[in-house]
Amino acid sequence: MSIVEIDQLTKDYEIGFWRKRKVRGLDALSLAVEQGEIFGFLGANGAGKTTTLKVLMRLTFPTSGKARILGEDIDKVSMHRIGYLPENPYFYDYLTAREFLEYCAELFGQPKQARKRNAEDLLSRVRLDEKRWDTQLRKFSKGMLQRVGLAQALINDPEIVFLDEPMSGLDPVGRREVRDLIASLRESGKTVFMCSHILSDIEVLCDRVAILKKGKLAHMGRLNDLRQQQNQENLVEIIVTQTDVPETFVVTETPGGVRIQAPGESDVDVVLTALRKVNGKLVSVQPLRQSLEELFVD
Amino acid sequence: MTDPSAPVQEQTLSGSPAVWRRVVAIARNAFLEAVRDRVLYNLVLFVLLLIAGAIFLGELSDGQERKIIVDLGLSTMLLFGVFISIFVGVGLVYKEIERRTVYAIFSKPVSRGEFLVGKYLGLCLTLLVNVVVMGAGVSLALLYARRGGDSLALTIWPAIFLIYLELMILTGVALLFSSFSSPALSALLTFLVFIIGHFSTDLKNLASTMESVVGRGLFNALYYLLPNLNNYSYITPAAHGQVPLGSNVLLAILYAAVYIAITIAAATLVLGRRNFK
Repeated sequence: MSIVEIDQLTKDYEIGFWRKRKVRGLDALSLAVEQGEIFGFLGANGAGKTTTLKVLMRLTFPTSGKARILGEDIDKVSMHRIGYLPENPYFYDYLTAREFLEYCAELFGQPKQARKRNAEDLLSRVRLDEKRWDTQLRKFSKGMLQRVGLAQALINDPEIVFLDEPMSGLDPVGRREVRDLIASLRESGKTVFMCSHILSDIEVLCDRVAILKKGKLAHMGRLNDLRQQQNQENLVEIIVTQTDVPETFVVTETPGGVRIQAPGESDVDVVLTALRKVNGKLVSVQPLRQSLEELFVD
Repeated sequence: MTDPSAPVQEQTLSGSPAVWRRVVAIARNAFLEAVRDRVLYNLVLFVLLLIAGAIFLGELSDGQERKIIVDLGLSTMLLFGVFISIFVGVGLVYKEIERRTVYAIFSKPVSRGEFLVGKYLGLCLTLLVNVVVMGAGVSLALLYARRGGDSLALTIWPAIFLIYLELMILTGVALLFSSFSSPALSALLTFLVFIIGHFSTDLKNLASTMESVVGRGLFNALYYLLPNLNNYSYITPAAHGQVPLGSNVLLAILYAAVYIAITIAAATLVLGRRNFK
């Protein structure tokens, strides 16, 4: 069963004061998200990712089209079953992290004891330092606010969580922790719909992705399938200290040597053999991670 | 296509206890915001004014002293209350939209109507604390001035209650403007409503003297549209020890209830159709 169904969703914005004109934010977007998957929603700035989430969260109304969450029209679905982390979250800065989470739990009608327990559980789960639980949010860094944002999105134990740039503002350790948290949501049977710019996180986490360009759906599917469509699944990047390499490869000079783009893993041996002959040194070999980025930019 | 005006589940205020629990939670949070943003610090200024006034008024004769304490105390209470109603009220919704705190709230089972009623009640609670503490201050000042019992210390409370009702109306107006306009414009418009509201009877008289149909219609419309705040001005009679008639107080309560209900309903209608960008 599809947990999220978006059908021909279109959103026009009016801009200008005197001479109003319409700008299309979303253009007949259709997609479906299946139960229990982590679905990545990608696109450049202004592509329409956040607009899509706002329509799904009823923060903005679509010009046309329909959307359903958990089998219900978006204007009928119970928000008790949904979690949402807005982009660059900003919360009531006069509240402490604990107070804010308890307030959110209260809006879901949780009894007092449960509110307290859930707030503490989640603050631990998002790895917010316990010493900061009773600090006002106005004293929090962006990364700490992001953790509180994640905690409030999970306070009602939702069936589906919508995360808008969940890694934003986090340092590498924080990103890894949040990545683990999102993966654990899938393990507990929840569906995650996440927007992100950070391709490495998408590649590690997501079962399927949709790529949005100028409000339109450009690609959708499993990552491997998308790469195969682009015939780029086997590209390998080899960085060496020596410039004397076979001419058959795409070579770019770097300050310490050259960067070689080989069509497949079997070509690594050819490059290494050539390198040994001239006493060159290998710096790194890695699969080329640009395929998704190229899908983005194309 | 989703029609924004269509009835939305969890978007109507019903008699359900869950709905009112959410409203109470939002109201409590709005009150906490006012406390932590030091809105109630104005009480300190009020007390200082009252002490300064008492020292100065010690020079005056007994009768005048009590009258001036009531006049000064209740007028200051109204003035401070109007400032809070306008400057906190106009930011109630606008600030939440600008700072995008509403995103996290409306993605929970909270309708836009519940949110508005909760925010409104939160500010009314702040004003109530303000008015009660100031009223107690004025009563104590009267007792101090007489060095003992003074009937005025009790008889001023109906006038204080009317001031509170006036502030509740004004907060409703500020909330309505706040749902679609910038704080500066909302503050200006609410202040104009406050001023014109006190000259409501003059609007009606002006309309009746006009020959132009358009002018008459305009001033009549303004008379009925704007709140008649004259009904709530009882400071001078209270300073003379007078108490308003019970029937007049009852009418003032009913008028305020209807006016507030209309302003909040209108604000809900505006906010309910609003797209958050």
